[in-house]
Amino acid sequence: MFRWIVARDLKLAWRSRADVLSTLFFFVIVVSLFPLGIGPEIQLLRSVAPGVVWVAALLASMLSLGRVFANDYHDGTLEQLLLTPQPLYLVVLGKVLAQWLVSELPLVIIAPLLGVQFDLPPSTLFVLFLSLLIGTPVLSLIGSIGAALTLGLRGGGVLIAILILPLYIPVLIFGAGAVDASIISANPQSHFFLLGALLSLSLVFAPLATAAALRISLE
Amino acid sequence: MLEVTNLGCVRGSRRLFRDLNFSVSPGSLVQLQGPNGSGKTSLLRIICGLATPAEGKVYWRGENIRAINEEYFTSVRYVGHRNGAKEELTSVENLRISSGLEGVAVSDRQARAILDRVGLAGREDLPVRLLSEGQKRRSALARLLTCRTTLWLLDEVLTSLDTAAVQLMKSILEDHLGEGGMAVIATHQELNISAGSFQRLELSS
Repeated sequence: MFRWIVARDLKLAWRSRADVLSTLFFFVIVVSLFPLGIGPEIQLLRSVAPGVVWVAALLASMLSLGRVFANDYHDGTLEQLLLTPQPLYLVVLGKVLAQWLVSELPLVIIAPLLGVQFDLPPSTLFVLFLSLLIGTPVLSLIGSIGAALTLGLRGGGVLIAILILPLYIPVLIFGAGAVDASIISANPQSHFFLLGALLSLSLVFAPLATAAALRISLE
Repeated sequence: MLEVTNLGCVRGSRRLFRDLNFSVSPGSLVQLQGPNGSGKTSLLRIICGLATPAEGKVYWRGENIRAINEEYFTSVRYVGHRNGAKEELTSVENLRISSGLEGVAVSDRQARAILDRVGLAGREDLPVRLLSEGQKRRSALARLLTCRTTLWLLDEVLTSLDTAAVQLMKSILEDHLGEGGMAVIATHQELNISAGSFQRLELSS
């Protein structure tokens, strides 16, 4: 049943490809604006790169979060999902997984290419890729709580940002920290451990919170 | 057997109803009536477990539905105001996905046969957004036919259906009740259905 929900959301994303691509383009453009604005100062570019890429990933993730539940809410399919005879935890996990695959994974894959604009060495590009690969699922999981809480509210988009961006801070610190460490040739391992811990914590608890928030929003 | 005891509902600062008691036994039908805003939809949403009542409880086979959530959901099917179909997907896809999620996957052939029965033959492969309101409603009703759920909760299902579809819906309902199913329906139209027992519940505002 878990695969039904993932397959459903992937199919829906495929039918509305333009929506999905807009997130990716947003990420690419925001990251590319910085080298253009700062100019060809290699030392400066290198030192801002981790922060810029990670903040752009955060913002791009915010953009796609609004869609996770909102469309299902408006056409009444979310009600049906809540009434299926399976744990809501799995439904939420399936939806978040689909959202990550569709909106975040492309961004993770293209990030090393964008890193080249900041003159990052290959080893750092790999660390950037890996940190995003572990970090972005956390963004999706935490973000789904905000998306569920703001369902049906006017101005929900801004509200999600205010609710969720503060919770993204640990991911930002350790994600960008890993890349920073790799730039000064230090070992980024400890940052990865912490990102991994965040991921396991949010895998367990975020869907629970999201499920509770969904029940409240649909009352 | 569904049993509703001392149910009360408050929306915002307004009390919709209190001390509502009724039960639905196999083969029987309850029709909810009342002016707009009298709480028909709220009552149905409480019975299906989407909303929590201000007071009172709903029992399914003697157990509180709050305690047996997922088990209860296998026997209940709710069709609300909104059709609960994805506009981008075709009727067949919608039907197969929703039944897959219910845990009773139907094959492509079965889905087409069901859609044929609700009068959507030839339009199964159109995205739902291209269907008319009445056709969307028909495709929502198709969900009732995918498997044998015991309790149907139907909210204004007859709106935007043509006379043929209303007749079809009635015959589907009669079959369902004849097989020992139960239904709670909110509608203003006269139902004229031969049911084992028929109750009319009047909600006043």
